[in-house]
Amino acid sequence: MRYAMAIDTKKCVGCSDCVVACQTENDVPVGYCRDWVVEVTDGTYPQLEIEIRSERCNHCENAPCVRSCPTGASHYEAGGIVTVTENKCIGCGACIVSCPYDARYSHPEGYVDKCTFCLHRIQKGQQPACVEVCPTKCMYFGDLDDPNSDVSKMLKKRKFKTLIPEAGTKPHVYYLI
Amino acid sequence: MSGSRRDFIKISSLSAAGLLFGGHYVQSAMQAKKIADLGSTLRTPTVCEVCFWQCAGWVYKNDEGKIKKITGNDEDPNCNGRLCPRGTGGVGMYYDEDRLKTPLLRVKGSDGKQTFKEVSWDEAFDFIAEKLQKIKKEHGPECTALFTHGSGGHYWGDLIKAFGSNNIAAPSYAQCRGPREVAFLATFGEGLNSPEPLDIRDTRCLVLIGSHLGENMHNGQVQEMSDAIDNGAAIITVDPRFSTVASKSKYWLPVKPATDIALLLSWIREIINNDWYDKDYIEKYAYGFDELKNYVQPYTPEWAYGITTIKPHLIRESAREMANAAPAVIIHPGRHVTWYGDDTQRLRAVAILNALLGSWGRKGGFYVPEKMSLPEYPHPPFPKPTRTWRDAMNGKYKLADLALASGVCDATIPSPDLDCNIKGWIVNGTNLIMTLPDQKKTIEAINNLDLLVVVDTMPMEITGYADVVLPECTYLERWDDLRVAQGRNPGIALRMPVAEPMYNTKPAYWMAKEVSKRLGLEEYFAWDTFEEKLEWQLKQVGSSLEEMKRIGVKNLPRQYSDMFFAPGEEVEFYTNTGKIELYSTALEAEGFDPFPVYTPHAEPPSGYYHLNYGRAPMHTFSRTANNPNLTDLMDENTVWVNPKVAKEWGLKKGEPVYLQNQDGVVSDFPVKVRVTERIRFDSVYIVHGFGHNDKKLKRAYGKGASDSQLITRVLMDPVMGGTGMRGNFVTFRFNKESEVQS
Ligand code: SF4
Ligand code: SF4
Ligand code: SF4
Repeated sequence: MRYAMAIDTKKCVGCSDCVVACQTENDVPVGYCRDWVVEVTDGTYPQLEIEIRSERCNHCENAPCVRSCPTGASHYEAGGIVTVTENKCIGCGACIVSCPYDARYSHPEGYVDKCTFCLHRIQKGQQPACVEVCPTKCMYFGDLDDPNSDVSKMLKKRKFKTLIPEAGTKPHVYYLI
Repeated sequence: MSGSRRDFIKISSLSAAGLLFGGHYVQSAMQAKKIADLGSTLRTPTVCEVCFWQCAGWVYKNDEGKIKKITGNDEDPNCNGRLCPRGTGGVGMYYDEDRLKTPLLRVKGSDGKQTFKEVSWDEAFDFIAEKLQKIKKEHGPECTALFTHGSGGHYWGDLIKAFGSNNIAAPSYAQCRGPREVAFLATFGEGLNSPEPLDIRDTRCLVLIGSHLGENMHNGQVQEMSDAIDNGAAIITVDPRFSTVASKSKYWLPVKPATDIALLLSWIREIINNDWYDKDYIEKYAYGFDELKNYVQPYTPEWAYGITTIKPHLIRESAREMANAAPAVIIHPGRHVTWYGDDTQRLRAVAILNALLGSWGRKGGFYVPEKMSLPEYPHPPFPKPTRTWRDAMNGKYKLADLALASGVCDATIPSPDLDCNIKGWIVNGTNLIMTLPDQKKTIEAINNLDLLVVVDTMPMEITGYADVVLPECTYLERWDDLRVAQGRNPGIALRMPVAEPMYNTKPAYWMAKEVSKRLGLEEYFAWDTFEEKLEWQLKQVGSSLEEMKRIGVKNLPRQYSDMFFAPGEEVEFYTNTGKIELYSTALEAEGFDPFPVYTPHAEPPSGYYHLNYGRAPMHTFSRTANNPNLTDLMDENTVWVNPKVAKEWGLKKGEPVYLQNQDGVVSDFPVKVRVTERIRFDSVYIVHGFGHNDKKLKRAYGKGASDSQLITRVLMDPVMGGTGMRGNFVTFRFNKESEVQS
């Protein structure tokens, strides 16, 4: 089992609903976030393009954050989900520095926090909160090993990319382009 | 403001009112304890009121009883289980520590200084009732008016109708969608209302003229647009700005501002001259085709190019795209359409184009909506007012089908033409200072009032002018009327309180009932509790509170007709001719052009730019400007400037500048520059709803510029009294006081 997410940049409108839903679902304090929206404009008037991406931890198969964590707080869960065990985390921030995607933040309560793919929800058979709320239904979540999962089907059908592939992290968040 | 009869009082000038009264002063939503598991048993049905799309959802609390999160109700056709960011962030409205917390009354100290005094509800209501009675005695009850946006309007509306006035105005009409309602009424005999009956999910071509769906989060429509993209529909966006949806469009037509009618006329000509219109449909249903054909002959794409700057081949190709998709095509009527004063005519062109392509009443076009008819709780008939809002319009705007907020505001200012002025206002949930154009005039009207009651959840600019402020609890803390929305199916949705009202706040229905008692009108509010009223209504339609608490939303089968016209079906349209009026006999009868006419509008003087404004997906005008969750996403607006313009002025990214309009009005606060290719060089753009000058809005105060403040030139729509707001131009100032240094 390898959990992954595919996000359709052609449908995302950058509304940030995914950000608010994550905050209320996961008690992310106002002023912090586990996911965020990036908008890139290309070209000159009137030949323009925008790519909008909802970004979060890539749950890298080859995760520098896990390697750099001195206490083992950052670790892999079943399905390749990278999480932080709060009470093992000493807040040293080594992982924050090692993540090429800036996906982690220091929680005011003294530990490092980031996207968990809403592990607590997937365990109950639900979708991650961001996927469930997205008004454009542009996010697909599922198991890469299951050819019938939403994510596998989208990756088969569409062109996609990952972020900073040259970092060799093997991200599990794909962007449909 | 000093010297005017009504000094603007910043609610912050109070003693620590909130702290004293709140009891439980809440810092932020994050104090809520962590919870891992929210069982479905803990959920309470609600109907979102962060905007007026009215999505139905569920509110979840944690085991300590604190409101945690809000999600959509899967059965709700307005949201299909997915709230928009504002609805998801609705918790912030409840936890906002800057909320209004207790009734306030304007008093004058011995030094002549006006301040707000915290009063009891009884004192507030006694004061209101006494003033209303005085107005009734001296001027007649029809000299009172209600301005409203949101659920509370119904109760205050019943109160003033019972009192003897029908001056009930919503800025959502004359300041927003009014021209489109009148244009569609004139053409199809029917307005559009909300949510608009657009079959976007099945359309093959969606044409957006100045509407920026996606930034404008009309939830169901954004969702259906996404479905349409999945289905391979083509989107055509006409906008001087490369909006988010422009980036998802097959054609982006960066039209020169204020020239849309020229583009529409040439599209109409293309469709007709190439025989791309729906012949059977037009023959069967339409009136005035031959005249239309003659009328549009001069409007070639080459003609339109000179006006709109859109290349002729693009006009032709985009017309072809629509024709190929017809009848599954939607020329979107838009929502905020009060732009240049010829808006009814522009929307008439939109309606005509839809008619030619046969999209009205067709799959992938406009469906025939149905709405549940829910009986009112029994009450005596309302008295017939001796004067109506129409009389206050002085014979103008006869085609307006609803009261004009701006007109009622004008009728408050004494003038020799009017034999009576409005003397008392109740303002429910709308920040008139920001919603009505021409702030100076609004304030002048306010200064002529004997009574101004403001009902709101948040201190807003308008609250500063009130005689009495009534703090309403948020939608999460109250019952309200059932939501009865039009849609593909009739249905109802329930909003019920999830928590006790925080602070000393109350629901509007309770306030209106309390005032009614003091006016001897309590028979119009004959229920004891609001639940009793809802239970009675639900019983009439075969449901119950128990059921609605459980399911939140109830959809019923269609009752009257199919969603679309059957092939060859006889259809009677509610126009003078009984047909779709390409040629409008109603407009003609009132002395207006029966076909839309392109008229050139003023161009910006040198060094000035068209002031365009719009929405951001995470905000609903002023309403959300202080919401902790939503300001976290966006807490100020920026002014979009084309790089060429930025270069000319030496503007740098992120640099704060003041905006000054053609009448010399300078924005209260500076706004940061966003240098972007996404805007034409003759325009700037800002998101509406920022630049608040009430210090009590801690997060919103002084953040960005207010477009409302800069909209001092109003282009009136002679047909229905809409207030066109896009005729304003701005330039940059580096300094609030000194002159521009270019
Ligand atoms: S909720 Fe969906 S549409 Fe909105 S920003 Fe997130 S991914 Fe994009
Ligand atoms: S994105 Fe960053 S935090 Fe997430 S797994 Fe990769 S390296 Fe670690
Ligand atoms: S569109 Fe958004 S803010 Fe408006 S009612 Fe729906 S969820 Fe609420």
